[in-house]
Amino acid sequence: MQIYLPIAEVSVNAFLILGLGGIVGILSGMFGVGGGFLMTPLLFFIGIPPAVAVATEANQIVASSFSGVLAHLRRKTVDLKMGTVLLVGGLVGAALGVQLFAILRAMGQVDLLVRLCYVVFLGIIGGLMFIESLNAIRKTRRSAGAPKRKKHNWVHNLPIKMKFRTSGLYISVIPPLIVGVFVGILAAIMGVGGGFIMVPAMIYLLGMPTKVVVGTSLFQIIFVTGFTTLMHATTNYTVDMALAVLLLIGGVVGAQIGTRIGVKMKAEQLRILLAMMVLAVCIKLALDLLLQPTELFSLGGGGGH
Amino acid sequence: MLRLAALLLALALPVQAEEVVAGLSQNQVSITANFDGSEILIFGAVKREAPIPDEGGPLQVVITVAGPSQPVTVRRKEKRYGIWINTEAVEVDLAPSFYAIATSGPFSEVLTDVEDLRHHVSIPRAIRSVGAPMTVQDAASFSEALIRIRQRADLYQINEGTVEVSEETLFGTSVALPANLTEGDYTTRIFLTRDGRIVDEHETVIYVQKVGLERFLFNLAHERPLIYGILSLAIAIAAGWMASAVFRYLRG
Repeated sequence: MQIYLPIAEVSVNAFLILGLGGIVGILSGMFGVGGGFLMTPLLFFIGIPPAVAVATEANQIVASSFSGVLAHLRRKTVDLKMGTVLLVGGLVGAALGVQLFAILRAMGQVDLLVRLCYVVFLGIIGGLMFIESLNAIRKTRRSAGAPKRKKHNWVHNLPIKMKFRTSGLYISVIPPLIVGVFVGILAAIMGVGGGFIMVPAMIYLLGMPTKVVVGTSLFQIIFVTGFTTLMHATTNYTVDMALAVLLLIGGVVGAQIGTRIGVKMKAEQLRILLAMMVLAVCIKLALDLLLQPTELFSLGGGGGH
Repeated sequence: MLRLAALLLALALPVQAEEVVAGLSQNQVSITANFDGSEILIFGAVKREAPIPDEGGPLQVVITVAGPSQPVTVRRKEKRYGIWINTEAVEVDLAPSFYAIATSGPFSEVLTDVEDLRHHVSIPRAIRSVGAPMTVQDAASFSEALIRIRQRADLYQINEGTVEVSEETLFGTSVALPANLTEGDYTTRIFLTRDGRIVDEHETVIYVQKVGLERFLFNLAHERPLIYGILSLAIAIAAGWMASAVFRYLRG
C-alpha cells in the first residue's frame, strides 16, 4: 500500500515504514536506547529527504521517550532537578542546532554534516561499547571488586554549586549545562534524542548513580526533541506528520516486543550486539563518504540566493 | 525563383490550414493519501477547411506535458580531505518539476532545430539556465546531470513514436504521471508539424493538487507552522501515553 507523504512529497510503501518502525522499536526495547540513531539513517536509505527525516524522527522520539519516562516516574528513578538543568542547556543547544541546520541546508552541506556527525559519534560509541563489553564477557566469571570511591575531579571545583537530592550530588551547574547544550545541538542536527551521548556523560562526567540516569535522560530528551520538532516545523517546515504517525505505530508495538526479548538475554550479550549494530551503521555511512559515489551530482531546492 | 514560388504558395494558403481540437481524459489530478501515479489520455483531431495537402511530409504530432518550473541548485561532489563533499554549485534558473514529450516519430524528424529553439520543446531547451558563475568550468555538465537524474526518476520522459496518428486526422497518446509528483499547473502543449515545421499549436492545463488530508496537512504546515508543530507533539505524546497504558493493562 503506497502512501503519499504530504511534506516529504514522496510516495512510500506504508508497510515498509511500519516494518522499519517495528524493527527499530524492537531494538530500542531490547537495548533501552531511543533508536533515533538507527532510524534516521534508515530513512535516508529509503529515499526520505534528510531534512524531513531528521525533523520527523525528532517527533517520533518524543513519543517513545514519553512512553518510557512514565514507567521511570512510577519507579521514582527520575532526577527532575538535574533533568531541568540539563534541559535548560538542551533548549539552548537545540535552538543553536536548528539555526546551524538551516544555514548548512542553504549551503548544501547539511547531508555532509549529518553524515559526519553519525560516523564520528557512532564510531566512538560503538567502538567503546564493543571493547567494554568484550572485557565484561572475559571477566564475567570473576566477581566485581568493591565499588570505587567517587573521585573528585575538576568537575567538583567549579562555582555555582547546587544540590541534586535524587542523584545524591552536590556539584556545579556548569557541567550539566554544557552537556545539555552539546546534546541539544546534536539532537537538532542528527535527529536523535542524544541518549547515547547523554547516558555516558551523566555516569562518567557528572558521576550520577546509574539507576537514575536513564529516566533523567529520557525526561530531558522529551523536552529537547519536542522543542526541536517545533523549531524544525516553524523554521524549515520539514516535519512530516503522516510519516511520524506510521513510525510511531510501528515503533510503539516493536518496543514492547523488544522489551520482552531483552529480558531473556544477558546484559553483556545485549551490549555487544548493540555495539556491533552501531558499528555496522557507522561503517555503511563512512563508506558512502569514502567511496566514489555513482552519481556525483545532486539536486537541491533553489534556496541558494 | 524557388523562394518566390514558396512565398506565393504560402500566401495562397489560408493562414491556418490545419487546427488542433484536443481533449484530455482528465484535466484535474488529485493527490490523495494513497496516490500512486496517474495516467492521462491526450487525444484530439485535426480540423481543416481544405482537403489534406498533397505536398509536404505526413502530419506529425508532438505533445509535451510540463510541471511547474522552479529554480534548482545542482551540486557536484568532489574528493576533498579524503571524503566526497559538495563543492561547486550551479543554479538552474527554471526547470520544470516534470516534463514529458510524446511524438509520433523520431524527434529529429518531427521537429526542426529552429522550431525547437523557438518553442522550447526538447528537454534541454525546456530548462532555462541563464549562466553559471565564472568560477565553474564545464557548466553544461550540470544541466546534463539535472536531466539525467530526473530522467532516471521518470520525471523527465521522452517517448518517441508513442503518439498514434490515424488518417492524418485523429491522434492520441497517454502520459504516465509518476507517484512523486509535485502539485501545480501542468501545461500541456500539442504541436502539429509537417516537415519539421509547426503548423498549429494548442495549449491546455492539467491541475495537479493535493486533496483531503494531504492538502490539509500541507497547508497547515506552511501557513500555521506553530499549530502544526504543536499538533505533531500532541499526537506523539498521546501515542506514547497510550502505548504505556495499553501495555501496562496487558501485563497487569
